[in-house]
Amino acid sequence: MLSNIFTVSFFVSLLASTIRLATPILLPALGQIYTQRAGILNLSVEGTMTIGAVAGFAATYYSGSLWLGILMGMAFGMLYSLLMAVLSVTLRANQVIAGTALNILGIGLAVFFYRVIFGIQSLPPQVEPFQMLKIPFLSEIPVIGVILFQHNIIVYLSFVMVVITWFILEKTTFGLKIKAVGENPKAADSKGVNVSKYRYFAVLIGGIYAGAAGAFMSIAYLNIFTESIIGGRGFIAVAVVIFARFLPIRAMWGALLFGVASALQLRLQALGIDVANQLMLMLPYALTIIALVLASKKADFPSAYAIPYSRKER
Amino acid sequence: MEEIKVNDYAVVMKNIVKEFYDVRANDNVNFLVKNGSIHGLLGENGAGKTTLMNVLYGLYHPEEGEIFINGIKQDIHSPTKAISLGIGMVHQHFMLARPFTIVENVMLGRKSRKGILLDTKETAKDLVALAEKYKMKIDPYAKIWQLSVGEQQRVEILTALYQGAEVLILDEPTAVLTPQEVDGLFVTLREMKNDGKSIILITHKLEEIVCIVDEVTVLRDGAMIGNVEVDCNTTKAELTKMMVGRDVLFNFEKSNSAAGEKKLTIKDLKVLNDKNFLALDGFSLDVHAGEIIGLAGVDGNGQKELCEALTGIRTVESGEVKLDTINIENKPPLFSIKKGIAHIPEDRHITGLALGWSLKKNLILKTFKDNSKFGLIDEKKIEDRWEKARVAYQIKANSGDDSARDLSGGNQQKVILARELENNPVILIANQPTRGLDIGATEYVRQKLLDAKGDGAGVLLVSADLEEILQLSDRIAVIYDGKLMGILPGGSDVKKIGELMMGKKLEVEQNAK
Ligand SMILES: Nc1ncnc2c1ncn2[C@@H]1O[C@H](COP(=O)(O)OP(=O)(O)O)[C@@H](O)[C@H]1O
Ligand SMILES: [Mg+2]
Repeated sequence: MLSNIFTVSFFVSLLASTIRLATPILLPALGQIYTQRAGILNLSVEGTMTIGAVAGFAATYYSGSLWLGILMGMAFGMLYSLLMAVLSVTLRANQVIAGTALNILGIGLAVFFYRVIFGIQSLPPQVEPFQMLKIPFLSEIPVIGVILFQHNIIVYLSFVMVVITWFILEKTTFGLKIKAVGENPKAADSKGVNVSKYRYFAVLIGGIYAGAAGAFMSIAYLNIFTESIIGGRGFIAVAVVIFARFLPIRAMWGALLFGVASALQLRLQALGIDVANQLMLMLPYALTIIALVLASKKADFPSAYAIPYSRKER
Repeated sequence: MEEIKVNDYAVVMKNIVKEFYDVRANDNVNFLVKNGSIHGLLGENGAGKTTLMNVLYGLYHPEEGEIFINGIKQDIHSPTKAISLGIGMVHQHFMLARPFTIVENVMLGRKSRKGILLDTKETAKDLVALAEKYKMKIDPYAKIWQLSVGEQQRVEILTALYQGAEVLILDEPTAVLTPQEVDGLFVTLREMKNDGKSIILITHKLEEIVCIVDEVTVLRDGAMIGNVEVDCNTTKAELTKMMVGRDVLFNFEKSNSAAGEKKLTIKDLKVLNDKNFLALDGFSLDVHAGEIIGLAGVDGNGQKELCEALTGIRTVESGEVKLDTINIENKPPLFSIKKGIAHIPEDRHITGLALGWSLKKNLILKTFKDNSKFGLIDEKKIEDRWEKARVAYQIKANSGDDSARDLSGGNQQKVILARELENNPVILIANQPTRGLDIGATEYVRQKLLDAKGDGAGVLLVSADLEEILQLSDRIAVIYDGKLMGILPGGSDVKKIGELMMGKKLEVEQNAK
């Protein structure tokens, strides 16, 4: 029986769907790398993603444009994270409390606006999602082609962002300043870096990525919006960032791990394996967290992690 | 003030007032620095020196006053503005991001030549050249946490110079250096002066800078007391009087009673630091009853870890600590407390006191059990205890219910002394016991250490302040990189101690005793 299951085509489809399922973890995680590197712990990623999901869905539903949907997801993700930036940077609120509150508020707001816009319908409204974009030639390669080069465009872009994020953090003055305000804001300040400005940038970038990932869920992965559409991915993304020690490449591996566990879980369920449904659903979350904890040992947090900055304080 | 020609001065600060809540840190201060001079800013801890310079550097906004740079009135609202005016500052607590490399730290404060991309290679090259010009040596790609304190200071100076500083402020630069490193720093500073730069040297210790500065401004309690030209022959007494407002007697009665029997034995101690590197690497030392043994060394050479290992708050990897014949390594803190080991920790605010707690409770932190009845705190008993301590140690506070945070540094330290010296300890470990205190409080604490010794305690005095070590110690041990470099007799030559502090082992080990 097992030999019937574990065929080459099984693995190919498993890995292809791994990459697809990793995307909504990878995108917000990359954004949170900026945010957390700058010393801000934003726990409202889940809520921000839900807002991005509804904004993207509504925009696409009424305009018919998927790109407008992604753009609106990003815009509303950024707008919503502006709240977090004001609370944590300007008002210097406790970040855990602010993030938790904004998370609950974000999910509530998203569902509220969905109801206001679409009312209650017997059949949930749908959009036509992003289609698969086969990369010419590359997608023809046996096995590899199917796994890597038969996805929708957002998936490709997300993985390109890994390299771009790394480049920005390591090779640009912007990245250096982001890292500096998280590591030693006092030093950055005394060297003429505007700490608040860069912390705002970092939180907003995180919001843009999260909003895009939310829109991905509603118009590129599913084609509907539901209240629990994000399903904890925002929290997993925050965890992935910490356990990946704030490095983009490692965050990618973390996201892929979640992807493979999700894909496996879906397939095992479809095969009708006799394990409680709830346990199977738990698998990707549990596995990701266990593996990341083991892989990370001791994360080197930015020294000013989750600490508000004020010039006056000694 | 009006007749002063602001053009003759690199810096003119006029009638500066800076307040923090109810503290007037700068009270109408006038401060002038001549072009191309080295200017000392002298005052006790808490006199307002750092505040004044933070105002000049744009970190604080003064409530009143004006600033002229090279004769032009300026509103210095941020460090960026100060940097653009050619003002650089090396802070007392270095402003460096520790996981970054030297060159990354430098690039932080400067526009890149490559637009949005970092110009790492070019900056590194410039830095090496600049360092050479001022007779320093650096590896631009070294990470900050790998550097010694002296090297970190050089990085800070280079950063300021690279940003184009014409006026360089150094806040207590000598406090963290060995005597030899101080000489090196002064070579660099003279070189800079020859280049026409103006330098402001902040210190609360006159004798260290008297030979290098041209002029000194003295601050006391936020006010400017005077402005004096000095040279190598200027005597300490007069300026100290300006600083403190009264005559200070620097001579303690150091009774030379013979040391008693061996009480504490530290043998081949190996201890890890927070980063899991060896902080102590086979460290050995004995402490006898009725002596003060001074442990000299540049900060961060394992002193903190040693004190923590001795008091049971850090794990010992290998080696032994014996009190008389009892092993106390890796025992819970309460064990060594009960055996009579007292500890004045390096950081009053974190380890020494529970800042948010009342003074009374801070006093009985180690003796909760003895001060309670049926598991409840005996309020009457601790009120008595507080009253006794307050009188005996002259603690200035409204009541024992004040929180420790509200006291001045000196009074906080007195609370700690009262707690630690209760019940005459066998061994007293005092780690930087006078750091940040004013002269009055410093004198007081030092006298208490001598008293404890007189009462038969063996005192291990850990201090980065060589003057303190020399003043109090019967023997001087030197630590470097987690190892004992040697033991010198009390009153040894500073330069000799300095050599050991830089890692030169004493040829005939442990010859003094
Ligand atoms: N950021 C601050 N907040 C509150 N009080 C401060 C602050 N900075 C300094 N002070 C107070 O101002 C006075 C002067 O401090 P400071 O300038 O650091 O003295 P110095 O550098 O001469 O030792 C002290 O009483 C100190 O407690
Ligand atoms: Mg100071």
